[in-house]
Amino acid sequence: MASRDFLKNPKLEERYFRARVYVAAFLVFCCIFVLGARLFHLQIISNEHYTTLSQDNRVRVVPIAPSRGLIFDRNLKLLADNKSSYQLEITPVQVDDLQQVVKQLGEYIQLEEHHLKKFFEDVKRKQSFESIPLKLNLNEIEVAKFSVNRHRFPGVEITARANRFYPFSGLNTHALGYVGRINAEEAQKLDKQMYSGTTHVGKVGVEKFYEDVLHGEVGYQHIEINAQGRKLRVLEKVPPTPGVDLILSIDARLQKIAQDSLGERNGSVVAMDPATGEVLVFVSSPTFDPNLFVNGISSKQYSLLRNDDDRPLFNRALRGQYPPGSTIKPMMALAGLHYGAIWAGETIYAGPFYKLPGHKRKYRDWKKGGHGKVDMYKAITQSCDVYFYTLATELGIDKISEFLVQFNLGSRTELDTWGEAKGLIPSVQWKKAVYGLPWYPGETVITGIGQGYMLTTPLQLATATSALAMRGQGIRPRFLRSTRMQDQSEEIASAMAMPYIYVENDLYWDQVISAMVDVAHKPNGTAFRIFKDAKYKIAGKTGTAQVFGLAEDEEYEEENISEKLRDHGLFIAFAPVDDPKIAIAVIVENGGGGSKSAAPVARIVMDHYLLSKEELVETYGAKVSSGNEFGGKPPASLASALVHQ
Amino acid sequence: MSSTYSIKDSLVTSPIREERNFLNIDPTLFIALLLLCSIGLAVLYSATSGEIAAITRQSIRFGLGLAALLFLAQIPAKELARWSPWLYLLGIALLLVVMAIGYSGKGAQRWIDLGIVRFQPSELLKIFLPMMVAWYFSEKSMPPTIMQIFIALLMIAIPVGLVLIQPDLGTALLIAFGGICVIFLAGITWRLLAVFGGIAIAAMPVFWFYLHDYQRQRILTMLNPESDPLGTGYHIIQSKIAIGSGGVYGKGWLNGTQSQLDFIPERSTDFIFAVFSEEFGFLGVVLLLCVYGFIVMRGLAIAVRAQDTYSRLLAGSLSLSFFAYFLVNIGMVSGLLPVVGVPLPLISYGGTSAVTILAAFGILMSIHSQRKFLSY
Repeated sequence: MASRDFLKNPKLEERYFRARVYVAAFLVFCCIFVLGARLFHLQIISNEHYTTLSQDNRVRVVPIAPSRGLIFDRNLKLLADNKSSYQLEITPVQVDDLQQVVKQLGEYIQLEEHHLKKFFEDVKRKQSFESIPLKLNLNEIEVAKFSVNRHRFPGVEITARANRFYPFSGLNTHALGYVGRINAEEAQKLDKQMYSGTTHVGKVGVEKFYEDVLHGEVGYQHIEINAQGRKLRVLEKVPPTPGVDLILSIDARLQKIAQDSLGERNGSVVAMDPATGEVLVFVSSPTFDPNLFVNGISSKQYSLLRNDDDRPLFNRALRGQYPPGSTIKPMMALAGLHYGAIWAGETIYAGPFYKLPGHKRKYRDWKKGGHGKVDMYKAITQSCDVYFYTLATELGIDKISEFLVQFNLGSRTELDTWGEAKGLIPSVQWKKAVYGLPWYPGETVITGIGQGYMLTTPLQLATATSALAMRGQGIRPRFLRSTRMQDQSEEIASAMAMPYIYVENDLYWDQVISAMVDVAHKPNGTAFRIFKDAKYKIAGKTGTAQVFGLAEDEEYEEENISEKLRDHGLFIAFAPVDDPKIAIAVIVENGGGGSKSAAPVARIVMDHYLLSKEELVETYGAKVSSGNEFGGKPPASLASALVHQ
Repeated sequence: MSSTYSIKDSLVTSPIREERNFLNIDPTLFIALLLLCSIGLAVLYSATSGEIAAITRQSIRFGLGLAALLFLAQIPAKELARWSPWLYLLGIALLLVVMAIGYSGKGAQRWIDLGIVRFQPSELLKIFLPMMVAWYFSEKSMPPTIMQIFIALLMIAIPVGLVLIQPDLGTALLIAFGGICVIFLAGITWRLLAVFGGIAIAAMPVFWFYLHDYQRQRILTMLNPESDPLGTGYHIIQSKIAIGSGGVYGKGWLNGTQSQLDFIPERSTDFIFAVFSEEFGFLGVVLLLCVYGFIVMRGLAIAVRAQDTYSRLLAGSLSLSFFAYFLVNIGMVSGLLPVVGVPLPLISYGGTSAVTILAAFGILMSIHSQRKFLSY
């Protein structure tokens, strides 16, 4: 072996070397093959995956929120507007020294501690290419000052943002509802893509019901960005489709008149066009300013509203459930006629009270001495309770509820809004199901005058009155009159008929309606005092809903009972009788009897809807009713009725 | 068992071809190198978004490198063998200078600033170390003894250790590779190779312990880049996206969105392969791998035909080193290997590496021009 150290063997060495080189070359080949395979995998097999990633990298899709549809009243007065407000925004990536720039901006724009705090919080939270608001709602002076110096602030911009604004403040709140900032729960339910740029959503009312059409369709901007997130150019732009404008059937002028007529009192006015179902007036009083809710109400303001004894947040027109009281009597009479329990001219003797055969309990009439001999006409005109106690007993609860349900009482009217209350028409099965108790005959008796379990909403009463005015062919109430697209093309909303109310003889409608006309136009009618000088013929019915249960022998004396426990005054009516244009239901909470509290409100609203300008001037005096202004002051003849509540 | 040396043997196994090349240049290898340089400039133009200054600088480096190539091609391998120990010592000395006064770039001391240019002495060791080890083995008979191997390993360990201190793991590994290639080609027995390989694997945990945090992180990142997409995994994720989105035909020169929009970090230097494959696609990649593969194979062929042990070992080692450069770079950019700062030979922007690689090929050409037909 020693020779190896001294003697080289070129041939052997070369063999060794060659073997090594071949092995190396083979390994080189294998490695290049592995590299090739790796690249084949990346570039050919996974190409689609990486192409997508590369697109995601460079293209950022920025949603553009559509502008929300506007809402108008029937006379095209704007009820819900989009008001642009200006805000100052900074895109951090385009600014070298944020602190310095913000400091310099302070020379032109009043910046307070909370602006800066919120801004720097957002800067940390958001990505650097997003533009972040520094101050919202700039005033015009600030906008002007900044605009002049704009060139000094690259990366700082003033942008306009549309904010919902309700110019009539609280007047239409309970019909329109309002929009508010999307909360976490709503964000879950809403279409993520469609609302990607949207900050507000309809919370209640029409704003909520028609959210889909009002919202419009989101638009997109495809922006190419570099690795630092700097916008390079807009690659593609899909403009948003603005929401559809809604033209509602409500009449802002009438709303104002109804609201003013109610004055400080709590209550509700719902009026509709019986022939079309269009809701003209939808007032619940007191109301509140929906603008407070648009950008988030402060908790202090909210608790003020929530804790208010008059419950301004409560939508009485839609959700207030009241016993209909005597306003149910025309429908009861119609049931009696239909089922043959009575005929119109048939008289009974109505004393001061009614007793069920074999029972001791006295069911009192509102008139101490009783009405004497009454037929159906007089029973409605004078609102004779004993007549309807008798009739109800004769019909029985099953027939009563079966008939009344047809007037959409005790079920939702399907008005195009959210949160409607159902009301209640009691029946034997209902009582069994809810209370597990049998139905007592005495409960039938008081059902005859709209007391007991029966509950109706002002909206339902107006709907029932409409059906009565239309002699059985009612139309479902509706807020939407038409929609207006971006290209100004209008689409009229279609009316939905209620199921026809069949009565044995069509004459019965006329008989009941003529009794209701007498309520307003005959001296012995309960609302004669209010309607004696009306320039058109109306059919109406007063009602009083008990809040405070009286013991059998107790007398109801208004003066002795605190205001909150006083009876609710109700009034339903439609006019003109021969060609009904308006049907109305008014409830004045704790207003006492319907004739003096609710009927005057109905009169004023109907006058303003039906009368010409000249006639209005004649009735109400020149000063208050000129033109379109909302000056629904009561006529002299009604002043006393309205003042002494 | 040893046989006597005879001229006859040598003559029989040698292909006798009378051919003389202009300036000792191997035309095919030279053309392949020029092709690579051209591709490099084209990709660099795209990667720097058309920065003429960078192209000019890189062209000057290629010019310098080609000059070095032509110069070295004229020097007989015997001369080089004689200088080898001195050059090796010079390299070590320069590394020590770097430690003392070196310019610190990106957290590591690698450069020496000569006023006009900065250069990395560690790059020189990529040539000087194989020369040294080849010189050492050239006078010994093959296969080497264990003692000789230990001495060779020590020769390797000194510069590698100095480069590791800088710290520059990638370059250190490549320098070590160049030296180890010589030992391998010198005819180390398979048994010894297995033993050393075993020791190397056993040493890995110890090695891991001595790694810098960022180096460990890079290895972890390679294993799972998605674990830290905005931190250390970002480079790999973005470069894979660039490569993958290139597809078969690529997005076209200057049209790579990943490259042009700044998504690829270090896109003109270590990650330039991502730019290339995004813009030229799989077809471009195959072409590039073919050119690289051809150069390596050509280098190995030169080694096989070299006239003496020194030339053989040096030529083989330089060829395999060149292979290692692009293997490690492409492997790292495509996510197969951890991110170590290794440039893509002749394509990445950077001076010292381009010049030393071309110089190395000058040596190969010199060896080629004195192949066996000149045998004594």
